[in-house]
Amino acid sequence: MSHAKNQAERIREISGVNPLKCMKCGKCSATCPAFNEMDIKPHQFVSYVANENIEELVKSDSLWKCLSCFACVERCPRDVKPGKIIDAARQLVVRERGGNYLSADEIPELLDEDTPQQLLVSAYRRYKR
Amino acid sequence: MQRIGVFVCHCGSNIAATVDVKKVVEVIASEPGVVHAEDYQYMCSEAGQEKIAIAVREKKLTGIVVCSCSPRMHEATFRKAAERAGINPYMVEIANIREHCSWIHKDINEATEKAVILARAAVAKVNLNTPLTPGESRVTKRALVIGGGIAGIQTALDIADAGYKVDIVEKTPSIGGRMSQLDKTFPTLDCSACILTPKMVEAAAHENITIYTYSEVEKVSGFVGDFTVDIRKKARFIDADKCTGCGACQEKCPSKKTPSEFNRGLGTRTAIYTPFAQAIPNVPVIDTEACIKFKTGKCGLCQKICAAGAVDYTQKDEIVTEKYGAIVVATGFDTISLDKYDEYAYNQSPDVITSLELERVMNAAGPTHGHLERLSDGKAPKEIVFIQCVGSRCSDDRGKPYCSKICCMYTAKHAMLIRDKYPDVNVTVFYIDVRTPGKNFDEFYRRAVEQYGVNYVKGQVGKVIPQPNGKLLVQGSDLLDNKQILKEADMVVLATAIEPNKDVRKIATMLTASIDTNNFLTEAHAKLRPVESPTAGIFLSGVVQGPKDIPETVSQAGAAAVKVVGLLAKDKLMTNPCTAKADELLCNGCSSCANVCPYGAISYEDTLVNDHGIRETRRIAIVNSALCQGCGACTVACPSGAMDLQGFSNRQILSEVDAICR
Amino acid sequence: MKYSYYPGCTLKNKAKDLDAYARASALALGFELEEIENWQCCGGVYPLGSDEIATKLSSVRALSDAKEKGQDLVTLCSACHHVIKRVNDDMKNCDDIRFRANNYLKLDTPYAGETKVIHFLELLRDTIGFDELKKRVVKPLTGKKIGAYYGCLLLRPSGVLAFDDPENPKIIEDFIRAIGATPVVYPYRNECCGGYISLKEKDMAKSMCDKIKESASGFGADMLITACPLCMYNLNKSAANGIPVYYFTELLAEALGLKEEAES
Repeated sequence: MSHAKNQAERIREISGVNPLKCMKCGKCSATCPAFNEMDIKPHQFVSYVANENIEELVKSDSLWKCLSCFACVERCPRDVKPGKIIDAARQLVVRERGGNYLSADEIPELLDEDTPQQLLVSAYRRYKR
Repeated sequence: MQRIGVFVCHCGSNIAATVDVKKVVEVIASEPGVVHAEDYQYMCSEAGQEKIAIAVREKKLTGIVVCSCSPRMHEATFRKAAERAGINPYMVEIANIREHCSWIHKDINEATEKAVILARAAVAKVNLNTPLTPGESRVTKRALVIGGGIAGIQTALDIADAGYKVDIVEKTPSIGGRMSQLDKTFPTLDCSACILTPKMVEAAAHENITIYTYSEVEKVSGFVGDFTVDIRKKARFIDADKCTGCGACQEKCPSKKTPSEFNRGLGTRTAIYTPFAQAIPNVPVIDTEACIKFKTGKCGLCQKICAAGAVDYTQKDEIVTEKYGAIVVATGFDTISLDKYDEYAYNQSPDVITSLELERVMNAAGPTHGHLERLSDGKAPKEIVFIQCVGSRCSDDRGKPYCSKICCMYTAKHAMLIRDKYPDVNVTVFYIDVRTPGKNFDEFYRRAVEQYGVNYVKGQVGKVIPQPNGKLLVQGSDLLDNKQILKEADMVVLATAIEPNKDVRKIATMLTASIDTNNFLTEAHAKLRPVESPTAGIFLSGVVQGPKDIPETVSQAGAAAVKVVGLLAKDKLMTNPCTAKADELLCNGCSSCANVCPYGAISYEDTLVNDHGIRETRRIAIVNSALCQGCGACTVACPSGAMDLQGFSNRQILSEVDAICR
Repeated sequence: MKYSYYPGCTLKNKAKDLDAYARASALALGFELEEIENWQCCGGVYPLGSDEIATKLSSVRALSDAKEKGQDLVTLCSACHHVIKRVNDDMKNCDDIRFRANNYLKLDTPYAGETKVIHFLELLRDTIGFDELKKRVVKPLTGKKIGAYYGCLLLRPSGVLAFDDPENPKIIEDFIRAIGATPVVYPYRNECCGGYISLKEKDMAKSMCDKIKESASGFGADMLITACPLCMYNLNKSAANGIPVYYFTELLAEALGLKEEAES
């Protein structure tokens, strides 16, 4: 199995999403509140996995822009869940050595006196191993 | 001992590619009773059937086994062939080595082994078969059509024109159905009412047609050729014979606030009402939930005003019982509820409407008298957005998995009509795919784009966002530009999925007609018998069978009528001889069988029985073979094993099982 | 009536008042919130990966603890509610996760999703009832025009959260009516505030919150209420038209006449 195929398979496993269910309507991209911040768009998450174009997907900035707000998951008419795909791609990255998007050193300057614990914990879970 | 011939069909490569047919012939030839075995490319062809006739003649066959496709496909074919060759048709058995074997296996050895086993079981059964003779039942030369929309009207007219009596039962106060609510029709843009109302009048005036409006089918019994149906005529509180249809009662009725069903709730109607001006019959009904007289005892204005003395507050529901030879289901459709789709803000803004509501808005007789205006403030819209596939093609639990089929075309129609009448209004259509298979359909859609300048955007809408200024911000994707777009609109129109009318499940249950998971009635064969239900004597017309537009509905309605006429033209029907029969010596008259019989076919009679020389009178189950449908429920329920199904006796079934387990 | 209660980290620190007002109100309304002993952080976000187990265990411990006591588990913070409710659903419906989680935890009796997880708002709606709550109000917030801010976590995915209509919810509006104020419905009430993105992408979260607040004030809201400390934080970072944001429990305590008592 090629590396790309292997990685696509990993994403399908981690996310539990079958990209073949997608009918390419674009409702996820129509829904996404972070759409304009993303280089690869939500509807493309699905086609990138279907086409095993994982190398580009995992380099995408979109991994760090998705809010996990589940709006795409809620509204998808085909139950495809693009939000779960991008999270799985993020998992592939942060599980690799050196893949963290957040380092302990940069945290102090990101905080202010009102920062709730919830924010730190959540960002840690999404950005770090 | 029978003399059995076995005929193994290749079905081209359908069977022969997966089953070693020569091997099957070779093995089966040594089965007890088998005196002849051969294979052929297409047993169902004329040459194939001739092979059977020759073998019958030369080998003096008394029984036949055909190893081929499903008996649903060709059992009748081979029975007829046997009959022509001089063998009782019930001496034929089919071993299904296609659907049950070659189509579901890949390995040739496995498939061949299974084909042999299936053939062996069929041979074992034929060894115990006895010739059976069908009985006859009469045909009532009258048809019932349930539903008075364009499908029901067309079916009824075609049956009536062929010279048979036909009754239409319609739930609402008028015939006309969905088509009466439409403004214009694609792809010719002729006015819906102009082409429908003449048909309504024709149906009402036809000497062979009786119309029961404001009526529902309440009970159905009997079987093909001889159904008995109870129809509930709901009380209108108007004497239809006296009413002149002058409309004075509706003008004077003080209860005016009930949402009009005909206008999809966009306007109101009075408590005494006809749904629309061209209603047939032109006789109003009183909605007792809205009527002040019924609610408080006061008022009675309509009765006072009626010069004909037609208003009768004491009228009661009436049950009419009628006999029919055939029943056509033409119950039509409705749009789905949008409660689960409020990202489109249907429940949040009056300016978000369904396409069917837009038909009423565009219609001269509608709530806005045909002026295109926002329902919130009556202002003329400048920007309209259409959203396709709302609730269609959904595999989640909110919508329907199927394509509603009509939406692409009616949206192109709406867009075109709006651009034609209001050239300063911009129209945008968000679509996933534009589906326009049909004569002059794609040309129609292209005209909307090229000639009328409708802006088609490939993408779906994620959210409709009502703005404080009353506008609607439409957030959608443009997949070709790979952009998320925000469009400020004055109105949003939702191409809402259609679904079979809610009542159809109840009706299907009464008719024992099968129904699919989407509540569409199932055809006897998807390709070859598309207007017949698998239940004999029940026919399908219009959207009750699946989504379709008006031309398709009318075609199918005609096809259903032809099938009905074909049935009514017969004086007698052959009944299935595979009915139940009780063994007098074993039956103890316990009533278990009658309790489970769905057709009311079993009664009991005191019968003189000779039980090994002891003569006595016993209570014995008697099966009315005209009513029995051969379902076999009684044979299972019978505690003493007295009840048996002819052609499927317990001995026959067990011998098949033995042959399989051998 | 006693309930197991899972406050979560933020309610012990930056969002102490969300917790304090809730406890005081609960007591006044006749039910007791019994804090689970030794609860651990829920993790803030639900682990989406189907192969993640360890990150779900803290929720399972809390759920199992409530089950042992035979109590329903009440949550308050939207994030904790979201995570615990979804993990509970996994434990009930996903054989693989249930098997592996129980293997790790070695509980006295295996846990299989038996506990009912209830958000404080659901308690008000379903157990007390908003009509009854209305009767208990001593200082109705008459004249206040309040926008409910739902955010994502309480509503989606609706199949599991089963909280309210995810596109047109009404539970917080009904709550607002019950405390005597006027709800203001605005379309961005179920749009994301930016969530955890605000740690690194501050501008992104800010512009999302601007939209939410502008939408709410455009429809006439004087203030917003929320159940989530992170939503509160993000909304407060946006200066858009300066409308204040409160925890719904603060207004509840105020309407019940308990505000000072709770603050002391």
